[in-house]
Amino acid sequence: MTTMTDPHHQGGFKLSMLIYDSRYRSITIQIVALIGFLTLIGWLINNTGQNLADLGKEPSFGFMTEGAGYDINQRLLDYTSTDTHLRASFLGLLNTLLVAVMGCITATVIGVMVGVARLSHNWIISRLMAFYVEMFRNVPVLLWIVLAMAVMIESMPSPRAFRGEDPAATMSLFDTVAFTNRGVYVPEPLFSNSLGNIHLFGTSSLRFDVSLDLIVFLVVFIGGLLISRMIGKRANATQEKTGVRPTVWHIRLAVVAVPTLTVLWALGFYLGYPELKGFNFAGGTHMRNSLIALWLALSLYTAAFIAEIVRAGILAISKGQTEAASALGLRPRRTMSLVILPQALRVIIPPLISNYLNLTKNSSLAIAVGYMDITGTLGGITMNQTGRELEAILLLMLVYLSISLTISAVMNWYNNSVKLKER
Amino acid sequence: MIAPKLMHADEGQPPSLKSSRPQEPEENARNRAENQEEVIMKKTVFLGALTVAGLAAGASAAATLDDVKARGKLNCGVATGVPGFAAPDANGRWEGFDVSVCRAVAAAVLGDSDAVEFVPTTGKTRFTALSSGEIDMLARNTTWTLSRDVDLKFTFVGVNYYDGQGFMVPKDLGVSSAKELDGATVCIQTGTTTELNLAEFFRANNMSYEPVPIETQAEALQQYNAGACDVYTTDASGLAAARSTFEDPTSSVILPEIISKEPLGPLVRHGDNEWGDIVRWTLNALIAAEEFGITSTNIGELSAAAGDNPEVNRLLGTEGNLGEMLGLDAGWAKAAIMSGGNYGEVFEKNIGENTPIGLARGLNAQWRDGGLIYSPPFR
Amino acid sequence: MSDLHFVRSEMLPERAPPASTVGVVGWMSENLFNGIVNSTLTILSVAFIVWAVMGFLGWAISPTWAAANLRDCQEIVAGHEGACWGVIRDRWKQLLFGFYPQELYWRPILSFVLLFIALIPVLFAMISRRMNWFLLLAVLAIGALQVGGTLGVALAVVLAAGAAFVGFQMVTTNKADRAEQIAAGAKRLPNPLIFSVLYPFIAPWLLWGGSFWLPIVALLGFVLGWAAMRLTAGVIGTLGATILAFVVPVLWWLFAAAGFADVAHGILPMGIEAVESRLFGGMLLSLTIGVVAISISLPIGIVLALGRQSDLMIVKALCVGFIEFIRGVPLITLLFVASTLLNIFMPKGTNFDIILRVIIMATLFASAYMAEVIRGGLAALPRGQYEAADALGLDYWKAQRLIIMPQALKISIPGIVSTFIGLFKDTTLVSIIGLLDPLGLSNTIRAHTDWVGIYWELFAVIALMFFVFCFSMSRYSMYLERRLRTDHR
Repeated sequence: MTTMTDPHHQGGFKLSMLIYDSRYRSITIQIVALIGFLTLIGWLINNTGQNLADLGKEPSFGFMTEGAGYDINQRLLDYTSTDTHLRASFLGLLNTLLVAVMGCITATVIGVMVGVARLSHNWIISRLMAFYVEMFRNVPVLLWIVLAMAVMIESMPSPRAFRGEDPAATMSLFDTVAFTNRGVYVPEPLFSNSLGNIHLFGTSSLRFDVSLDLIVFLVVFIGGLLISRMIGKRANATQEKTGVRPTVWHIRLAVVAVPTLTVLWALGFYLGYPELKGFNFAGGTHMRNSLIALWLALSLYTAAFIAEIVRAGILAISKGQTEAASALGLRPRRTMSLVILPQALRVIIPPLISNYLNLTKNSSLAIAVGYMDITGTLGGITMNQTGRELEAILLLMLVYLSISLTISAVMNWYNNSVKLKER
Repeated sequence: MIAPKLMHADEGQPPSLKSSRPQEPEENARNRAENQEEVIMKKTVFLGALTVAGLAAGASAAATLDDVKARGKLNCGVATGVPGFAAPDANGRWEGFDVSVCRAVAAAVLGDSDAVEFVPTTGKTRFTALSSGEIDMLARNTTWTLSRDVDLKFTFVGVNYYDGQGFMVPKDLGVSSAKELDGATVCIQTGTTTELNLAEFFRANNMSYEPVPIETQAEALQQYNAGACDVYTTDASGLAAARSTFEDPTSSVILPEIISKEPLGPLVRHGDNEWGDIVRWTLNALIAAEEFGITSTNIGELSAAAGDNPEVNRLLGTEGNLGEMLGLDAGWAKAAIMSGGNYGEVFEKNIGENTPIGLARGLNAQWRDGGLIYSPPFR
Repeated sequence: MSDLHFVRSEMLPERAPPASTVGVVGWMSENLFNGIVNSTLTILSVAFIVWAVMGFLGWAISPTWAAANLRDCQEIVAGHEGACWGVIRDRWKQLLFGFYPQELYWRPILSFVLLFIALIPVLFAMISRRMNWFLLLAVLAIGALQVGGTLGVALAVVLAAGAAFVGFQMVTTNKADRAEQIAAGAKRLPNPLIFSVLYPFIAPWLLWGGSFWLPIVALLGFVLGWAAMRLTAGVIGTLGATILAFVVPVLWWLFAAAGFADVAHGILPMGIEAVESRLFGGMLLSLTIGVVAISISLPIGIVLALGRQSDLMIVKALCVGFIEFIRGVPLITLLFVASTLLNIFMPKGTNFDIILRVIIMATLFASAYMAEVIRGGLAALPRGQYEAADALGLDYWKAQRLIIMPQALKISIPGIVSTFIGLFKDTTLVSIIGLLDPLGLSNTIRAHTDWVGIYWELFAVIALMFFVFCFSMSRYSMYLERRLRTDHR
């Protein structure tokens, strides 16, 4: 082993050493990069400040607390046109999250089914699925969103068609669900002895009502599930010990069902059915056509990508695993669900995360179908009515950035928890 | 761990020992692409450089007229497509009522009604396009309001169409007044004053409604025709234009209520009054031409020599020096009028009763005919 | 007992497999009808396919090609559900080229064809050098003919002669002979990569037009930089020369280039008609944004990827920050920046046109994704490659240039192609900020009184156009991936 010595010992520090001496060079480069970066930022900020001053629009977020003046149709919380822009943006954010969560769930379900079906031995099925995947992957998602909206509008009957003695359209599922081109009206759960709501954040723009009924219901239901699981565990333990499994399914069912039903009865649970009143259906929950179109288009588009990921994940599992499972006497379906998919999951999850992120970001295209997500409220009408482009876009980017970072953090945490523990 | 150290030490040797081969593949790729950018930016970079130099000299004159003349083209913001007001035909030539204003200004300033770059803008991008200087003027169904004038800092140079927001409903709905629209689903074009007016109207009348915000008129009409909304609301001119394109125009009625005043007109940036004057008086010239019976057919005759009416003479440049005051040729108004005819002709050609749009003059008749269209005197 | 045989001593003759396992019937019973579930699915799928195809054909086959407006169509189909293809006949040029002047359509077409020829040597030598030059010369000859004028025709003749010569060579000497000739010291044709390097200068000039001196002047910047480095390296040291190599071109472009181009143009006016970028639209716009953004983002992406992998903390932080920020926000917000804010960020008076602003933002967007793709390529390289480079005593940049990058980029090509497909599809978003890409044009077309109310036909055609482009590219990238796969599983 030769030991390395740096060639310069004698003499003090020379300026040229900043560049030619490997000890200092990295620091020099970094400082130069930092200075360059800060100069660039400073230059941009300086320009912006000057231009905005010339336009008479000094940056200020004060507009967020001014009255919005416009209405939002799809809303999860109460809102009127006299509320602030902040409130409108908050509702938009909730709408973004709503469609993103719904989209991620359906995209995963469809994607996994299609990905598995693409590997089916049934020639027609696998071709059909391949066609679906290529169709959706190779056409812009914006086009799919617009198309889905057009299909919704054109193919469904309008509420007018439900009217009259001999209506052209009738409600489905025993007169409980109405499919119209304004969206789908489904029955909504209502409570006659309602416990009321908890009002969070008072009357501020971020006020939030939480239904006590829902909380009570969920607490009882989840409690039931937990107890049921404990009973199941005990049954397992008994089986391990004695070899005989006690019959517990009826107890487990009862533990969940009885308290839940009791609570529902006590709260006076009933379903509010949609019903044609005036111009529209009233009652029930209204899922707007814009929401459905966006949700469908995003799910189907993303599902095509997820299907490919799932397929690749399954193909990555060596054939020996399938053969081993067959040797153990597992049927193909169980082989897939017990042996292949759990292993494939490790390959699937990282790209799946980035597809969830893409779906969330693509939900900003809601603006094309008039779904009032955060891009439609904060980045759309608010920006337009107040003329505060810089502030609105900055906020908008921050919101999306935090959503993205949160999703990747959560999913990475999940990924780490299912990762093969390597030695 | 020794190898990397060695490597660094090697780099620290005197430069003369180092190979000085030209940097190859990856460097090349970068250069290539940077180059591409450069080439695309060609003019812009050069112009940018000139601007920087100009700034350094401390001169930042905002003379739009000089810019337009230097460029040889007028940049005019229009809608991406509103039937009768602005839409390109199969050859990409823009036509419409708003487009005619742009063409008239181009003709007055540059003497060529085709020397216009039409910049399609959406409800969202139109104001930034104007304030950033991307366009010289905006002629895009824009309502004159105080806040747009004062807060957004635009000068509305006049009104070329007096409009108001109305409602259109299918006839078989049996609605005869907007007050009966409680609970209706309303299609609105987003990014305009309409959605604010709508919210106020329903709030004031204590009614509820369900807004369906839509980006373009084409989509709004699709929803309306399919029954996805009960009501379509926009400016009354837009409603009439839209109704005229229906298979059966009588199947829809326009409700009598007009819930807002929508004076639509071209606008320019604050801060360049000379340019604002040019656009304002070009518009007025078109209006005055109709009043004095100057049409695109008889203008050659009228402008050949000074006639009996001194105001016509002044307008057409055969008397006085109005053009010079504006910084234009004497024949500026003549060129503007020749580009598409006087106000009445432009109206009739693009949105008048003989077009598919079929709008009556109504408020937009000359003041003598009971309308609001009125030009200050050319004196 | 020994003469009792229970074991057959001769083989049974082979018998044909049962009819139910061979031929069409066998295939079907194996693949389509094995089991109740599968049979049901098969029948359902077939029913669905028949229904969908019948429905689609019933709509699509409609003799409305000649219709001049929607009312014509309605008369022709007379109450049936039928497509109105007249709108496509009327507007297909607009969907492809936007408002690009019709007599100049050859220019975007030529740049598109040249793009392929320029890409051939980059994406592996798929065809021989001679073939490549032959194609190039032939295409350029056709292009020169389009320019017209004495100069154009003369140029076309020269180019055609060159093409004919190379073509003749190609026909007369086969591959093996040629290899021998080369071995014997025959001069090879120059590397077609030369054209690939020049293409980025030629294509924008073809698309936007203007003086021929502009691309020359832009190219001259690089030549000057290179010359400055070569000439001064001995005098002021490598570092000074490198800095000079960056500074000289920048100074040239900023201060001298415009004047030089004007003077040169004054002395020898050569050029083609300039086309404003506002006239770009339709597929041409999508392709221009996509191709330009991807090609510029590649070098930026490489730098970012290297920065992200670097040991230098601040550099790394800056790169990670940039990449994660861009990847964390939707493209539409970046396009909002392009349409409303970019001019505000620049010094007062600077005015990029909107297409350029969109290209800038699309480039930044693509760079972040490109950086991740290339980082993947770098990570996929075996550690041994880095160590080998170190062992050879190569410094960082030489190691990257000679060993790491060539391999990493090769691995990344499929990823780069899919990034391009993604970006190309995402160019439809520019319709939201009012640019007239195919989707934006569909709205504009519907705003014309002839075609108010038309819908599906335009969407069908636009979807088809995107599908053709993206599908062929993804197939190509899959083919590359197969070719590049060196591991054997």
